[in-house]
Amino acid sequence: MSLIGDLVEITLRSLFVSGMAAALATAIGLPIGMFMGLKKFRAQHVLKGIFNGLMAMPTVALGLVLYLVFSRSGPLGIFELLYTPWAMVIGQSILILPIVISLTTETIEHVDPKIRELALTLGADEKAAGAAVLRESFGGILLAVSAGFSRAISELGVALMLGGNIIGITRVLTTAIALETTRGEIALGLGLATVLLSLMLIINMTLRVAEKRVRWWLWE
Amino acid sequence: MKKERKVLLGVIAIVSIVLASGITLYLLQTHGRQQLTISTTTSLYDTGLLDTLKEEYENSHPEVTLAFISAGTGIAITHAMNGDADLILVHSPSQEYDFMNASYGVNRKIFAYNFFIIVGPTEDPAGIEGLGPIAALQRVCEYGRNQSGQVWVSRDDNSGTNTKEKGLWSEAGYDYDVIKNEAWFVSSGSGMGTTLNMANELQLYTLSDIGTFLKYSAEGLIELEGLVQAGESLLNVYSAIAVNSTKVQGVKFDLAMEFIQWIVNEEAQSIIENYGVEDLGSHLFYAAAQIVETSSPPDIYGWIRNYAFFKSQGQFYECPPEWRVGNYDLYSYEALLATNLQFRHSATLFPSTSSIQHLKRV
Repeated sequence: MSLIGDLVEITLRSLFVSGMAAALATAIGLPIGMFMGLKKFRAQHVLKGIFNGLMAMPTVALGLVLYLVFSRSGPLGIFELLYTPWAMVIGQSILILPIVISLTTETIEHVDPKIRELALTLGADEKAAGAAVLRESFGGILLAVSAGFSRAISELGVALMLGGNIIGITRVLTTAIALETTRGEIALGLGLATVLLSLMLIINMTLRVAEKRVRWWLWE
Repeated sequence: MKKERKVLLGVIAIVSIVLASGITLYLLQTHGRQQLTISTTTSLYDTGLLDTLKEEYENSHPEVTLAFISAGTGIAITHAMNGDADLILVHSPSQEYDFMNASYGVNRKIFAYNFFIIVGPTEDPAGIEGLGPIAALQRVCEYGRNQSGQVWVSRDDNSGTNTKEKGLWSEAGYDYDVIKNEAWFVSSGSGMGTTLNMANELQLYTLSDIGTFLKYSAEGLIELEGLVQAGESLLNVYSAIAVNSTKVQGVKFDLAMEFIQWIVNEEAQSIIENYGVEDLGSHLFYAAAQIVETSSPPDIYGWIRNYAFFKSQGQFYECPPEWRVGNYDLYSYEALLATNLQFRHSATLFPSTSSIQHLKRV
């Protein structure tokens, strides 16, 4: 296979794995974050502190723990997930879940409470009022998701331990960068890093430009 | 409400497109193919040799995908014990012995060898150039103790190379765990490349595998000199071991054996022997199967036997009979050699009981 072909394939796999991880983490983290942002309950601050702290999860340690879980001799060994992209998706979504939850909670909390009250007084039910808050915090939630995605696509530990950097199956941009660096192919390593960074810049700029339009469209 | 539903539908559509394409990609790559997972040492993988072997193997075995997991010898063995690899390619006879002795591994075949190399600054402040490896290490230690700076960098990561280094220090009369804490001794705790870079930046000596050293030199990343090379005590032997399917459930034993049979055949052996010669102007690996099978040339064979064979019932084997499973025609050369030997010594080569002693370095 050609160098360009390899590069495209690795890049697409990176986008797929981390994109899925971000989607999964959003599906789970957004409701939790909304709940924590809207409701008041005991131990809320402790819980928030825990999720904030988990944002510092060392990727290699998480990779190691999940390796032991997914290993054939581990508790989830029967699913034979280790060294597949699925293991990487699960691992990365666990890694970024605290980021999505923390940033969502924070952004929801900072929406003016009057918006919810206003919606309720105008005859909206709880669900519609929640949607109004969600609309208002759109930018912050977008940041939560894109921060999670960025962390997932740029991390190495989980991808390496759970994916194994198998060519054609689990090799992603970060594991390829690490490999080419140890191989002494510094130029190639730097090239791959440039691809990763450019990709993230383009995606985030597109998201931010799109945000304005979506916002306008949501509001009409 | 309609708007939210549209947004939701849009998000679901995007997610399912990504999901579908990812799954399609994955299925296309693995469809109808069995995956043989091989845990291997970094010095084999990082040189690119295994990518070349993979290409050749998959051309002749279209039903198989080789998946290499590159890690240190220690981790490679752990993977195999956990059932996460079907086969290991490693270079640390003592660790291999323990692995097989615990009946995790069977049907070992030696398939390649090369030599470690002691490298250092071009000025060679300790003056080790041309010395034997043991004398060189003694000189490095003396020099290190008599001045204040750092002199030697060790990987200190339990890799095959690091295991070799520990063995060399102990041969030179030092306790690795003691000198490790002395001021002249640096532990990098990193892979070979990082350690070579460190040696280069700080002007230190280190023990390196030949592949990484040649590659880094050719790329102009380091300006270190190969000071002590070749010789028996720097020998490095690579072997393939199948994971024992009766001990570890679910491993693909037949696929693993097919690969082991292939890697010692002529085609694979010639790829190994010639790999990198064109680019780096020097051999990275030498083919070992023929040497083991014919016992010649006698000097190299003797070194391999002394270093990497296991002793069982007073005999040396690349894989003692007790640790062989099935009939894969891997060791038939022994019968031939035995016939030749019987003419000379009328000795028998095949013991029946299984008391085995690991052959310590002679």
